[in-house]
Amino acid sequence: MTFTDWIAEPVNWAFLAIGLAVLFSGFRVVTAKNLVHSALYLVGALAGSAGLFLLLSAEFVAWVLVFVYIGAVVVLFLFGIMITRAPTGLDESLDSRHKFWPALLSIGVFVSMAWASVDAFGSREVLVTGDATATELLGESLLGRFVIPFEVVSFVLLAALIGGITIARRDLTPVEEEERASV
Amino acid sequence: MIVTQFLVLGAALFSFGVYGLLVRKNIVLILLSLELMLNAVNINLIAFESMLNTPEAIGQVFAIFVITVAAAEVGIGLAIVLLIFRNRRSANVDDLNLMRW
Repeated sequence: MTFTDWIAEPVNWAFLAIGLAVLFSGFRVVTAKNLVHSALYLVGALAGSAGLFLLLSAEFVAWVLVFVYIGAVVVLFLFGIMITRAPTGLDESLDSRHKFWPALLSIGVFVSMAWASVDAFGSREVLVTGDATATELLGESLLGRFVIPFEVVSFVLLAALIGGITIARRDLTPVEEEERASV
Repeated sequence: MIVTQFLVLGAALFSFGVYGLLVRKNIVLILLSLELMLNAVNINLIAFESMLNTPEAIGQVFAIFVITVAAAEVGIGLAIVLLIFRNRRSANVDDLNLMRW
């Protein structure tokens, strides 16, 4: 399949636009000199990914991504940035000085993974019918064949909830404990 | 749409994540890079699901599991960051040298 054939499909224009936005935002997440900007670029990358999921007719997962990631996780990150009172302005000390080897390694990772996937799948088409995957199907799958992993994952969430509270809770000092006991 | 375009995009996002994980010094930013990598995996899962069109939408189910585990990981991760910050007054990994020799 040549590039001209590929670009002739209108859906690929959408892919190109969203993909470039995702790549730019992803690049800025790891290079931005400002913590808050970094977290906000992550929103861009995740929103773009949700757009790609919509292109692939995975509607439910796309909206789950928007709600869980953009709605909750990024807010949590911003909360973390604020509460650690990190320098929110420009800061040169966010990055390590040694950038050459990480860059080389990540380029190596990209080249090997991209080469492997091009080699394995070539120009195999994605089958998109135009209909969104029915949420009903996903629900039946989650509570049918995947019911045990589903329960395990819900247990993981509960454990994370309790663990998060336990870890982040401030232990009382002995003096405070005495005060509490005497009340 | 061919499946390779999504896989290459996923690979690019994943390698950005690897770069960020190694270069960043702030713990919150390291967690952000980790999220980027998990998201790259999700793109791959959804692309493969669209390619194979499994009757039970297995790829999408796995993507939902990945999202859930990522949410749990962020919760625990930020709690640990909070605890470290409270004890060391810093969110910089270079300052966490207690167990280094």
